[in-house]
Amino acid sequence: MTILLLSVVGLLVLGLVSIPAGHSPRMSAIVYGLSAAITAVLLAHALAHLVSGSGPVSQTMPLGLPWIGVHFRLDALSALFLAIVAAGGLAASVYGIGYGRHEESPGRVLPFFPAFLAGMVLVVLADDAFTFLVSWEFMSLASWALVMAHHREADNARSGYVYLIMAAFGTFCLLLAFGLLAGAQGSYAFSAMRGEALTPVTAGLVLALALVGAGSKAGLVPLHVWLPLAHPAAPSHVSALMSGVMTKVAIYAFIRIIFDLAGPIEWWWSVPLLVVGACTAVLGVLYATMQEDMKRVLAYSTIENIGMIFVGLGLALAFAANGFAAAAALAMTAALFHAINHSLFKSLLFFGAGAVLRATGERRMDALGGLIHRMPRTGIVFLVGCVAISALPPLNGFASEWLMLQAILQSPDLPEWVLKLSIPAVGAMLALATALAAACFVRIYGIVFLGRPRTAEAAAAREVDGYALTAMFALGGLCLAAGVLPGFVIDGLAPVVSGLVGARMPTQAGMEWLSIMPVAESRSSYNGLLGFLFIVFSASMAAFVIHRFASRAIRRAPAWDCGFPDPRPAAQYGASSFAQPIRRVFAAAIGAKETVDMPLPGDLRPARFSSVIRDRVWDLLYQPVVTGVAAAADRLNRFQFLTIRRYLSLVFVVLVGLLMVLALWQ
Amino acid sequence: MAVTLDFIIQAFQMVLVLALAPLLTGLVRKLKTRLQRRQGPSIIQPYRDLIRLARKEVVLAETASWLFRATPYLVFATTWVAAALVPTFATGLIFSWSADLIAIIAFLATARFFLALAGMDVGTSFGGIGSSREVMIASLAEPAMIMIVFTLALVAGSTQLSIVAEVFATSGVGLRVSLGLALLALIMVAIAENGRIPIDNPATHLELTMVHEAMVLEYSGRHLALIELAASLKLLLYISLIGCLFLPWRLAPAGAGIEAMAIALGIYLVKLAVGGTLLALFETVIAKMRVFRVPDFLGAGLMLGLLATLLLFVTRSL
Repeated sequence: MTILLLSVVGLLVLGLVSIPAGHSPRMSAIVYGLSAAITAVLLAHALAHLVSGSGPVSQTMPLGLPWIGVHFRLDALSALFLAIVAAGGLAASVYGIGYGRHEESPGRVLPFFPAFLAGMVLVVLADDAFTFLVSWEFMSLASWALVMAHHREADNARSGYVYLIMAAFGTFCLLLAFGLLAGAQGSYAFSAMRGEALTPVTAGLVLALALVGAGSKAGLVPLHVWLPLAHPAAPSHVSALMSGVMTKVAIYAFIRIIFDLAGPIEWWWSVPLLVVGACTAVLGVLYATMQEDMKRVLAYSTIENIGMIFVGLGLALAFAANGFAAAAALAMTAALFHAINHSLFKSLLFFGAGAVLRATGERRMDALGGLIHRMPRTGIVFLVGCVAISALPPLNGFASEWLMLQAILQSPDLPEWVLKLSIPAVGAMLALATALAAACFVRIYGIVFLGRPRTAEAAAAREVDGYALTAMFALGGLCLAAGVLPGFVIDGLAPVVSGLVGARMPTQAGMEWLSIMPVAESRSSYNGLLGFLFIVFSASMAAFVIHRFASRAIRRAPAWDCGFPDPRPAAQYGASSFAQPIRRVFAAAIGAKETVDMPLPGDLRPARFSSVIRDRVWDLLYQPVVTGVAAAADRLNRFQFLTIRRYLSLVFVVLVGLLMVLALWQ
Repeated sequence: MAVTLDFIIQAFQMVLVLALAPLLTGLVRKLKTRLQRRQGPSIIQPYRDLIRLARKEVVLAETASWLFRATPYLVFATTWVAAALVPTFATGLIFSWSADLIAIIAFLATARFFLALAGMDVGTSFGGIGSSREVMIASLAEPAMIMIVFTLALVAGSTQLSIVAEVFATSGVGLRVSLGLALLALIMVAIAENGRIPIDNPATHLELTMVHEAMVLEYSGRHLALIELAASLKLLLYISLIGCLFLPWRLAPAGAGIEAMAIALGIYLVKLAVGGTLLALFETVIAKMRVFRVPDFLGAGLMLGLLATLLLFVTRSL
């Protein structure tokens, strides 16, 4: 515990030190190097705690509010999320050593980067509401500062503003949730909250507030609007941290409040989780498929994955409340496994997007193309990320997806009719989201890395530096390892899962050939390792046989394209044209509108096509609020320009009014 | 000894599907031409085509990357592995537990993922049109398939294909509404996944109607041979899947004698022939749809699958 807290102090000091020294490129390498070292220590510590299976460690310090103190605690759940934070932080720091060298305003990034990491670490370690909320707000503000690092770019200021408001709103909800959990005594330590008995109404309110508070940070629909604005605006390694790691901290907050602090769970809590999670997954991936900015695609895809994790949590709640311990363990493992996986491949993909941005200066997909020739290594590792996030075997995304589907198959025995009728639909939406994710990532990879370069910048791209490649390949390797050996991850998650739902999945390490198995009595199994080996073996055998016995001749020629190849790169399919079939099919769900303006014969005007996509959630939910606030501000503006006489009479009227209230009250 | 025998049966099945796949394609083509009162090429023409293609040199577009060259091998390998895991004449194959039905579908999805990427690699407009339509079709066909898997798994109590087939073959599952819906949905998905009429036309070279053919337009020589073989394998896979799930009679269980195996093999060949004939008939009597009618067709498949699953959630006996 001491090491952990010293590491946090180290990160904070690092942030402070880099304020005066943050303007030279060499300093930036040192700062990132040191934060890599500190996060490595944190990662080692967290993994050691998880693997050793040792009990919770706590520490109280006489800081903060005088009558509470500051409580820290490391149990299995916080160790898991600490490992996610530290692994993501380590990768981002290594990536930053190279990437930060080219930062145009390092003074705006360097101090906040370690502070952001420290904030996330403190959130997962906090063991009382006060520490938790202060750390949470610290994390939000540090990330806000990083979003605003390039504040002169168009739209970034607005992104930062929306983010700040949503973050404040989320913290406010969490504050109220903790207030309710604290009960009449106002005991803010988590250990006291666990003992507090809640009335059903209070518990329901806590659920709603936790869902809104943590969900707004994680990006649940309809609280997601800030996420696709803010995540892409930050420098790419920070985008990776925000999307890959900070959303997981929000998941942690939700799990901590609902599964740990809120006491006995009710089955109906799972209904909002399942519905919101499934809608989030489908809408997130649909919007991702429509975006034309590379980083914004990734940000929307984060929303999709968060939806999947919440579906897993919802299933775990439903099973646990009905006493189906094995199925609850399965669903919880699937959700946590997916959280780990998402932190790996989303960080990888944001790093790749950063590499592309670094090499070409472009984030618009329609300005890229053909990068696989110019950036072969980034091309390979980005492909690994795309396959993993599309939930294709043998990579890790499929392993957690498989567990999730197996969990759904356990649910017909649930006695509640609402669940019986909604879970099949949730399963269908989950499958739809997964299939659309594959389409989304075919699109991003096909347009950015394949084809012909669409601009001179893309044609002149250069491979990125070794640090960035190291970070990306390490994450890609972890994606493959977790995909072919999922059993070890599942066993590693066992202490966390049993702490939350009181049971664990069957031990996987003993299964023959390292297969995985969802529940003991099921005869289903999946083996990523064998699948991987079979595919590699048959592919290389096919290649060998054909090259040996048939032909290996090859001739380069211009593309065929049915005899009419068009040399202009604009003739290729672009970001918008590739999405067109899906846009038309799901037009109603995402509010897409296409208009074709075809001039009459003889008219010399060019034909015009335009397609608009509006985020319905923004139009229906946020726009009225924005309009209302603006209108109220306009009205209240009048009070700024009154004469002193009128101000005095106003004060008098208010005073009389207040006294009247007081008199009537008694 | 038993293990060796199991290995031999598994290896035999892998070779069998590979050897039969072009024959099935040839049979469907021959029947279609006969139904249109044409002579048509011989039933073994696909073998000749494959050998001829494999021997020709590859003409590779100048803008093609390594991904374009690796994809045919990958597509072939994943499809072959998936096809080898579907019980054809025997259940309880030695590696059947390594991938369940969800994983088999995901293997096919991996193949399609790479094929769609290869379509975009050269940077031509036809490749793009094929890829974008293929992913649109897949994004609806895959969830429908998952719903079918749910239905089967809820009836059989496992997603393991071998076990599902065994349960359907041995215990009295009987006629069920949910399975009927699932069968209908599975046929719809199979038609879409294999790019058959009315979704796509495997014989077309009219540019704007192509989906699969547009995606592989730039392929030639041995690469094209592998992709054609993979497409044949996929057709065989789906017919075997329907056969082993909905007509599971006389599937040889693990450890069955040679005689039982031989009978099962004969019945499997009959199943394939019947499946191919029905497909040829269906394709002859129906016209291809417009691309944007496809979502309606597949949406219906998805809804049937969902309905079947829902029925089983309501009561296990439907």
